[in-house]
Amino acid sequence: MKEVDARGLSCPQPVLLLAEALKGSDKEITVLVDDFAPLENVSRYAQNHGCTVKHNDKGDYTEIICTR
Amino acid sequence: MGFESSDDAAVYRLEGDLCLIHTVDFFPPIVDDPYEFGQVAAANSLSDIYAMGGRPVSALNVFCIPGDMDHERVTKPLLLGGADKAAEAGINISGGHTLEDDEPKYGLSVVGVARESEILANGGTRPGDLLVLTKPLGSGILTTGDKVGLLSPEDHRDLVAVMAALNRWPAEQIKGLDVSACTDITGFGLVGHGAEMAAASGVTFEIYTSTLPVQKNALEMARDGIIPGGAYKNRKFMAGRYQSDRHLDLALEDVCFDPQTSGGLLYSMRKEDALDFLSRCQNASLDAWIIGEAKERDVVDIKLLA
Repeated sequence: MKEVDARGLSCPQPVLLLAEALKGSDKEITVLVDDFAPLENVSRYAQNHGCTVKHNDKGDYTEIICTR
Repeated sequence: MGFESSDDAAVYRLEGDLCLIHTVDFFPPIVDDPYEFGQVAAANSLSDIYAMGGRPVSALNVFCIPGDMDHERVTKPLLLGGADKAAEAGINISGGHTLEDDEPKYGLSVVGVARESEILANGGTRPGDLLVLTKPLGSGILTTGDKVGLLSPEDHRDLVAVMAALNRWPAEQIKGLDVSACTDITGFGLVGHGAEMAAASGVTFEIYTSTLPVQKNALEMARDGIIPGGAYKNRKFMAGRYQSDRHLDLALEDVCFDPQTSGGLLYSMRKEDALDFLSRCQNASLDAWIIGEAKERDVVDIKLLA
């Protein structure tokens, strides 16, 4: 499992970081985001690339767990 | 014009039926090339005049630039881009004001004129009118991707060509047609600006999303989450004022909320006039699409049909 901290980054950077991480062989990648737009965008990218997506609200940020 | 219907520019009656139209718009660069940015920003500023049914007569530059910017490489081509677009509109930029600022910004303050009978407000659309759009959607998504190098040079050129296209040319094709209302599609996207027009007219817009013109690559990028934050703000802001068909493709819905830079004109007119307008545009090698219809007022301002 791999973690990508995309907190504080504006779009489309969080998506580009996930795209990079998906090039590896990890079955599960967790992306941390702290805004609505990256949350939606990262989820769209993950789903479009064959991942199932789960959101964990952590208060001031959200964990997006992408599993393939 | 009052403030309640979100019109595109201020209108002041000068004398008799001669009206003055006044607008200002400026924003930070959406493309890297200064000349292209100058053209797009000027086309965007001029658009408000055309959206009100007028013609521009004079403009001033509104310009913010960091103190250390290279004059030859940045300032000159940027202002040249603006001047060239103003020339295409048939006017001169007669001056302006420059401020030193950390982030560049550029646009125009434009004065236009129109006869009172030519003024096109946001309100006025009648049930049964067709909705006609003059530029394809997706420029917010595409500029987001372009900023990180996701567009080929050719696709970048196509995107800039759409944004820099002057709304003067489709606007000139409405002469003699029974056009009931108009706005231009900019930062609030098709849903936001369409809803303003529908609300001001007391009707509900139905958008045939399957016929929407969308720029190349925009749907693919939307599926990949290359969507500007503004699109999500627009969606949130419009909650309760729109309805989407439950079979509507999410990427196409995202395009409907995508903030447009220098977007097209959205006209409402009778069916026979809309068909006439489309054939006039075709003869002039201009784009225009029928994208929906105005209906008797329903619970929401705008419906996105699948």
